[in-house]
Amino acid sequence: MDAINSLLDGFAVALTLQNLGLAVIGCFLGTIIGALPGLGPANGVAILIPLAFTLGLPATPALILLTSVYYGAMYGGRISSILLNIPGDEPALMTTLDGYPMARKGQAGEALALSGIASFVGAFIATIGLVFLAPLLVKVALLFGPAEYFALYTLAFATLGGVASRNQAKAAIAAAIGLGIAMIGVDHQTGVPRFTFNDVYLYDGIHFLVAIVGLFAISEVFLFLEHRGEGEAGAGRLTLGRVTAPLRMIRQTIGAMLRSTVLGFIAGVLPGAGASLGSFISYTFEKRLSDKDNTFGKGDPRGVAAPEAGNNAAAGGALVPMLALGVPGSGTTAVLLAMLLTLNVTPGPLLFQSNPDVVWGLIAALFLANVMLLLINIPMVSLFVRVLLVPPRFLMPTVAMISFVGIYGISGSSFDLIVMIAFGVLGYLLRKLDVPLVPIILGVLLGNEMEKNLRRALTISDGDWSILWSSPLAIGLWTFAIVGFLAPLIVGRYLRPKIADEELGEGADPD
Amino acid sequence: MTRSVARRAASVAAVLVAVGAFSAPAMSFDPGNTECIAPANAGGGWDFTCRQVGKALYDLKIVPGPVQVTNLAGGGGGVAYAEVVNKRNDDNDLIVAASSATSTRLAQGAFPGNTMDQVRWVGAVGSDYGVIAVAADSDINTLPELMDRIKADPSSIAVAGGSAVGGWDHLKVLIAAKAAGIDDVRKIKYVAFEGGGEAVTQLLGGHVQAFSGDISEAKGFADSGDIKILAVLSSDRLPGEFSDYPTAKEQGIDAVGANWRGFYAPAGMSDDAYQFWVDAISKVYGSDEWKKIMADNGLMPLDLSGDAFQAFVADQVANTQALSKEIGLIK
Repeated sequence: MDAINSLLDGFAVALTLQNLGLAVIGCFLGTIIGALPGLGPANGVAILIPLAFTLGLPATPALILLTSVYYGAMYGGRISSILLNIPGDEPALMTTLDGYPMARKGQAGEALALSGIASFVGAFIATIGLVFLAPLLVKVALLFGPAEYFALYTLAFATLGGVASRNQAKAAIAAAIGLGIAMIGVDHQTGVPRFTFNDVYLYDGIHFLVAIVGLFAISEVFLFLEHRGEGEAGAGRLTLGRVTAPLRMIRQTIGAMLRSTVLGFIAGVLPGAGASLGSFISYTFEKRLSDKDNTFGKGDPRGVAAPEAGNNAAAGGALVPMLALGVPGSGTTAVLLAMLLTLNVTPGPLLFQSNPDVVWGLIAALFLANVMLLLINIPMVSLFVRVLLVPPRFLMPTVAMISFVGIYGISGSSFDLIVMIAFGVLGYLLRKLDVPLVPIILGVLLGNEMEKNLRRALTISDGDWSILWSSPLAIGLWTFAIVGFLAPLIVGRYLRPKIADEELGEGADPD
Repeated sequence: MTRSVARRAASVAAVLVAVGAFSAPAMSFDPGNTECIAPANAGGGWDFTCRQVGKALYDLKIVPGPVQVTNLAGGGGGVAYAEVVNKRNDDNDLIVAASSATSTRLAQGAFPGNTMDQVRWVGAVGSDYGVIAVAADSDINTLPELMDRIKADPSSIAVAGGSAVGGWDHLKVLIAAKAAGIDDVRKIKYVAFEGGGEAVTQLLGGHVQAFSGDISEAKGFADSGDIKILAVLSSDRLPGEFSDYPTAKEQGIDAVGANWRGFYAPAGMSDDAYQFWVDAISKVYGSDEWKKIMADNGLMPLDLSGDAFQAFVADQVANTQALSKEIGLIK
């Protein structure tokens, strides 16, 4: 096998003391960066590029450091999702849905350990997929034109109802708010500014990280202020529980992990779709498939394992178009690509031939980073859960501070801080009204892409709508979207009495 | 805050010293803590320009200390432009990275309330030339053939590019089409994607028929035999391994599209300081170190500085304005 030989050569490149040391540093820093709200993998890699330059690292060690940070941040994003209900970065959004309820039930340690294992499974299998399937997958990715992307995003929207099962109408309102926010900025297809009020700061639209941190972290601080640290029945008195995942739980979730890995990997391979779509589709698919007792959203371990396996698999998948085509599949790979350019490695279809040492060294480094992250993350669970012991009066100001620093770090603009606070107020009000926050972010993330691709497709076809279902792939995606939308309506008829009962019992839950 | 006050005080002092020293030679400005603003996030083209030129300035001992690079993203460069015009207008130690994207947006009024004469244009450090390409299996082989197809039936050719409608990748197609004698350029179908990479992928997948981008984006795909470069939009053939690609001009279509990279500086900067920066950028451009960076990154020669550069940008802004009016993007 050619690939195996090349991979062994790669390990020979990667397995030096210096490279291993860099991988450890990268994994550790990445985990921390991922866990901090606002700072995601793309920022983490961008922040550390100067470090790689200052150290004067050649191409391979520099890439090892930065991909370790990348994978580390993907692992780390789940930590604040589970412990604080604040997603550390946008792909970790879905992990809040079941991770935080698990933590509230006293299963924080189990959730962290389980999600660590799910991350490992997703990333490890995706890296294997990268080795053997890259050339094949590139051909699949090329099948996706604007029409197919539009069908794919419609599929995601059609299953949105699965996210917030309690009140579909409120979830729909939240998604509509998200779509509205996505409209802000210069319209790519005409160059016309929309809802910018002639303010240059709004021309690029609202950065979704600003929205996420505002909605989740800042609104949490407001809620805390409202209660003045008293009435919160929460964080301080939580029990830590065990710090490993019981074997039974792993066995229960392994199916979810494997299915999500496949879905996440495919989403990652598609340029522009990325990890957020991967974790979202993984979660909704798993919920549709296995949520028979209606436990998703209330601390079901499968609801933690699925999005984590999905988003880490997508991180591996995103490297396929980057390495095989020189086209970034996500924000982070775009930064990595720029890094490669400055290291005098030209990414593109010839990268595998012209720089095999760099490519295979990188892939070997991914395997190393994965094993290392698992080893770092599992023992660190007992450290992380202690965050819950920090009294809210210390924790909340820290959250506020990290949010401000993180957001300012992205653009260096104080305007974004004001927008973040505005989103905090919005989030606070919506929580009071019991409107779920996750669909807002999904509206922003998916709505933008959905609109762009619809308009691209229609430009290509001169306004003929039939282009949207003119390929077998598009027809297949539409079928899934329609089934995904209608099936719960029909099946739900039989479940409705039961759901209604449970709804009565939890009116007090803020989200 | 304190820092910028201190800097201002320092620059005032520098000017006083300069005024006091009558006998000083023409170059009487001494740079202090120099700064380069990259109006985008780390990793992009402007960031690259700031960091590489900043490094060269320090390595060549033109500036006394390392150049501090500040990333000030937003509004496609508009946030940084407004910051320089409104708050840093008299800063002698500041330069800002710019490119064709900057002049295009200025021309279209995409930096609300700002125009190109609110800053001083320092100089260019190179250029990435435009290309027009088709998939390798396309039956179109030359630029005139492509243009004839568009002339006969504009709806048969969708051109993909990495910038928004009205952006540089779009304008390049229009410049070529006008030069080829297509009068109603509004009929040309342009599909905007996020970056050249995504646009090439769509070309490879057969979803669009042509691609407009920069040579640095297209080179890898041309080398691998996935795409055919129909024409490079430069006035002469490019040097080195790029010399295989025909220019549009030699195919009878006189179109040039240069995505230059360069710098502007605050308008209130003293004449001495401006002259210092013009000379400094010229010196970097002429150095061997910079030649190597250009070769490594697919940047082509474009030697313009001071007044010549100012005129070049003004010309580009005027042309872009005319073209944008024609396609109905601005009134």
